[in-house]
Amino acid sequence: MTALTLGFDLLLAAGLVWLGWQALFLPRRFAAVVHFMAFNLLMALVWVRLEAPDIALAEAAIGAGVTGALLLTALGRLPSAAAVGSHPQQWHRYWRYPAIFAACVGAGWLAWGVQRLPRPGLAAEVTAKLDATGVSHAVTAVLLNIRALDTLLEVAVMLGAVMLVWSLGPALRPFAPATSLPGLPALSRLLHPLFLLVPTYLLWRGAHAPGGAFPAGAVLGAGGILLLLADRVGWMQQPRFKPLLRLLLVAGLALFLAVGLGGLLLTGTFLAIPQALAKSAILAVEVATALSIALMLMALYLYGEPAR
Amino acid sequence: MSLYYAVVAALLCGMAVIGLFRTDDLLRRILALNVLASATFLLLVTLARTDSGIDPVPHVMVLTGIVVAVSTTAAALGLTICAHERRREESQ
Amino acid sequence: MTEWHEALSHLLIVAGALFFLTGSLGFIRFPDVFTRLHALTKADNLGLGLLCSGLALQAGGLAEAAKIMLVWLLVLLASGIGATLVASTADACGIRPWQNRTGASREARREPHE
Repeated sequence: MTALTLGFDLLLAAGLVWLGWQALFLPRRFAAVVHFMAFNLLMALVWVRLEAPDIALAEAAIGAGVTGALLLTALGRLPSAAAVGSHPQQWHRYWRYPAIFAACVGAGWLAWGVQRLPRPGLAAEVTAKLDATGVSHAVTAVLLNIRALDTLLEVAVMLGAVMLVWSLGPALRPFAPATSLPGLPALSRLLHPLFLLVPTYLLWRGAHAPGGAFPAGAVLGAGGILLLLADRVGWMQQPRFKPLLRLLLVAGLALFLAVGLGGLLLTGTFLAIPQALAKSAILAVEVATALSIALMLMALYLYGEPAR
Repeated sequence: MSLYYAVVAALLCGMAVIGLFRTDDLLRRILALNVLASATFLLLVTLARTDSGIDPVPHVMVLTGIVVAVSTTAAALGLTICAHERRREESQ
Repeated sequence: MTEWHEALSHLLIVAGALFFLTGSLGFIRFPDVFTRLHALTKADNLGLGLLCSGLALQAGGLAEAAKIMLVWLLVLLASGIGATLVASTADACGIRPWQNRTGASREARREPHE
């Protein structure tokens, strides 16, 4: 059995390196983007092999789904010729070779150094604190209680990216498809209930098993982008729903901040959640964060401010 | 096994940096940055496997990192599209 | 779990893998997008069905088996509609299906390779 798993690992690693190479060095952009999407799918399998199911769930929805959709849409907007429209400063010829050499040396040094890095690990400390956090799954506990400040700032970074994209101008109207395709609305209609059911299940599961706000938000956002592709989310484009859209976008960050300030009032430390309230506070923050992440992914996909 | 994926991560890091250097195309550079991010995440998760169990802290860092990576990718692509449209308007 | 179950499960998994192999071979060897879609959707979906049935036989309970079969159902749905989308877009973009013409045109097509 070990020979079989070793063979599988070897195959996975070889596939990962090959797809990464194709994504980086293929001359055609479209082929490079498709190889990158396949690379992310294999990456999700690697996360499962490394016993990180939370990351695998998020990677499958975001890496293969949302990033692929973003890249393909951008590809359709950019001219097909390789260098037209983008002339960043050319690298000097002679600088290029030392740079490549330095990258090779750096990679070799990293491969050598990573084997002798100390691995203290915080597993024992986290397990010791787990009872005080209100949830029984270590990743969710670290995410929303022990290192909540990091998560708060991360949601803020994402909101900043949405603001940047919206400030670029009005939302891009999707290209009209070459034919009227009845399949796409049918697909989104059939999958719509599942795209609501799966994130809800993941959210509920997050307290005691892999799942939680980030995978749930990622799956919901990927489903939302499918709806955007099928042009079935009319309300996002309408001016009268804009306050609601903005409210939902900031809901995760706002609730997170409210919980943090509540902790400051009750215990004197920012983001310190009293143990009695921890479970319900974490659940509320998780629901709001998942909704916000899903809507932010959809808002990023529009490449501009809707209804402007 | 984790050692073995760490070497893969180092290899991917080197490849991504070379890819970043040798192309002039902005979309290819964004792709290369994404591969570099994936390689870094792989390195972090392999380091999370310790003798005393799996350390959840790097897992959380990677989980938030994936979401930050997709946001920065979208912002960079949005800027690239915008720059291209401006340039086309100017040339007309 | 009886021995019968196990033997049947292994048989189904091997048969499914064979169908996947056929589908991938067709994907590499077939000449245009329509025939490739045919190979991928038909052979691979049947292969996945056999694979899922084989795995469901090994599952711990009825709920687990139902979840495995649900995977097959979802992939059937998505790949069927996805293949229709790809094919109708290719048709709208003016890609004509490859036709196996006998005689002169086939010879003419072969010539540049030789």
